[in-house]
Amino acid sequence: MTTTATVAAAPAVRAEKAPGIKPRGWIGFLFIAPNLLGVLAFTLIPLVSVIVLAFTDWNLVSGLGGITFNGLDNFAAIARDPGFWSAVGLTLVYVGVSVPLTVILGLALGIALNRPLPGRAVLRAIFFLPYIVNVVAVGMTWLMLMNPKAGLVNQVLDVFGIQPGWFASSHWALPALIVMAVWGGVGYCSLIYLSALQDAPRQLYEAADIDGAGVWAKFRTITWPSLLPTTVFLMVTLIIGASQGFGLIALITAGGPGDATTTISYYMYQTGFQFYRFGYASAIGLVTFVGVLALTLLTWRAQRGRALND
Amino acid sequence: MTDKAAKWYWGIPLWILAIAFLAPFAWMLSTALKADVDAYKIPMQWIPDPFQWDNFKTVLVGETSVLASFGRSVFVAALRVAGELLTATMAGYAFARMTFKGRDKLFLLYLATAIIPAQLLLVPRFIYFQKLGLYDTLWALILPGMFTVLGTFLMRQFFVSQPAEFAEAARMDGANEWQIFSRIYLPLATPVLSALGILAFVWSWNDYETPLVLISSPDNYTLPLSLTNFVDEQGQIAPGLTMAASVVSIVPVLLVFVLLQRRFIAAMTHTGIK
Repeated sequence: MTTTATVAAAPAVRAEKAPGIKPRGWIGFLFIAPNLLGVLAFTLIPLVSVIVLAFTDWNLVSGLGGITFNGLDNFAAIARDPGFWSAVGLTLVYVGVSVPLTVILGLALGIALNRPLPGRAVLRAIFFLPYIVNVVAVGMTWLMLMNPKAGLVNQVLDVFGIQPGWFASSHWALPALIVMAVWGGVGYCSLIYLSALQDAPRQLYEAADIDGAGVWAKFRTITWPSLLPTTVFLMVTLIIGASQGFGLIALITAGGPGDATTTISYYMYQTGFQFYRFGYASAIGLVTFVGVLALTLLTWRAQRGRALND
Repeated sequence: MTDKAAKWYWGIPLWILAIAFLAPFAWMLSTALKADVDAYKIPMQWIPDPFQWDNFKTVLVGETSVLASFGRSVFVAALRVAGELLTATMAGYAFARMTFKGRDKLFLLYLATAIIPAQLLLVPRFIYFQKLGLYDTLWALILPGMFTVLGTFLMRQFFVSQPAEFAEAARMDGANEWQIFSRIYLPLATPVLSALGILAFVWSWNDYETPLVLISSPDNYTLPLSLTNFVDEQGQIAPGLTMAASVVSIVPVLLVFVLLQRRFIAAMTHTGIK
């Protein structure tokens, strides 16, 4: 509707405008209005609400009139909540293992795929494929592949004499999610690295060849520094992604067995949408958001410090 | 080692790795065409015997058909893509090429909003949509997806890189602002528009978490939710039907990927967001 208003408004402007004059302020505003109104309604107002809710004690049952402010009580409760801290620990393990693993394997794969290879375009597409498929289809498939008794994964591992219990075992459920995350993210990382490698300084490699530098020396002094910004970008996006998703966990493990896969985002989802403790869930969401932001900034700072030293 | 030998020296291990990567998809397809009793056969039987085409028949036209939810996913994706393209392009253009009061402050606000995770907003959205009567309707999925900060940001980055002289010249000739936008700058934006369109489609098509929270009745399930229809109350999965429905759910994204591969990859790699 706002769009029609914009179109209709345009001819009126034309009549009163002398050539070469800057456009009037409000026209630009009209162009932004449709998007701005939507962002206001569906992002900004919910954001303000979630911040307000974090300072209230409210569940769905008591209705909107039942909202009572309880100051910092939610945050004090979070600090004492063993469920929260267990979730933080699990999230740190999940993020701390899956993200570096994905990035390192993605880098290796990216470098490999940058060489002349038979059927290179197809290879690149194959590794990228897991990234674009919906989480339910992928999750259901892995759930059956990792069936402890008869799944294909354990049939293969039988050769080595190991039979992990995967999603049925509280020790193996988190590693199973990590395997899935790495499988899903490696191809994406390799593609990002590929496009960065294409901009790598060719003359430096030629100079290094003349100096007789080895493969490892070239990687350490040329490739790695030139890929550092890409690495940081990938770390940051993967950290944010890995610390937030709850879909796969809701689908496959529901946080279990026990609380073995109750990561922080799933804990928030459970608090909010299974126990309807909206005030507490909002507070958890807010704390998590600040925590992830801090982690992201730290990653970014660490890179900047290193870049300055070089 | 000759160049050609080197190519295969690296090529063979990579192809083996690629086939291992594809194994879950191969398993999905193979199981989709099998009777349930054969799904966990040891050793694994890659070629179904006999081919159980009935699985596809059941998930497409049978009692548990996913066609209706497929249609809902198409409807949601179409409106989201159209809305996103329209509102993000106009806003991105104005942020880049038009001057008005408070523009830069507003853009800063947009940038700040971009880092807010969608998960954080689910609780208030859940409450609002219940109050507005949008909870458990497809509009709960469509509306927030039509107005995104990220799309606006993407379009702004593109329009900023376009020369301002076009607009100045057109203004001299008496063109109005809408004409300058729609006739001069918009046609230049076709590659970015298709990239954003692809992204918006994939976001919408694969979205599981939003409908998980905002949709409750099976009559409103989108495709990812309806894939869970083939799991019984004890958590037992019907392998053949689940995998057949999964294959059906993958086909549209796969088609877009194969047909528009170069653009698809550019879109994914340039924004870095799924």
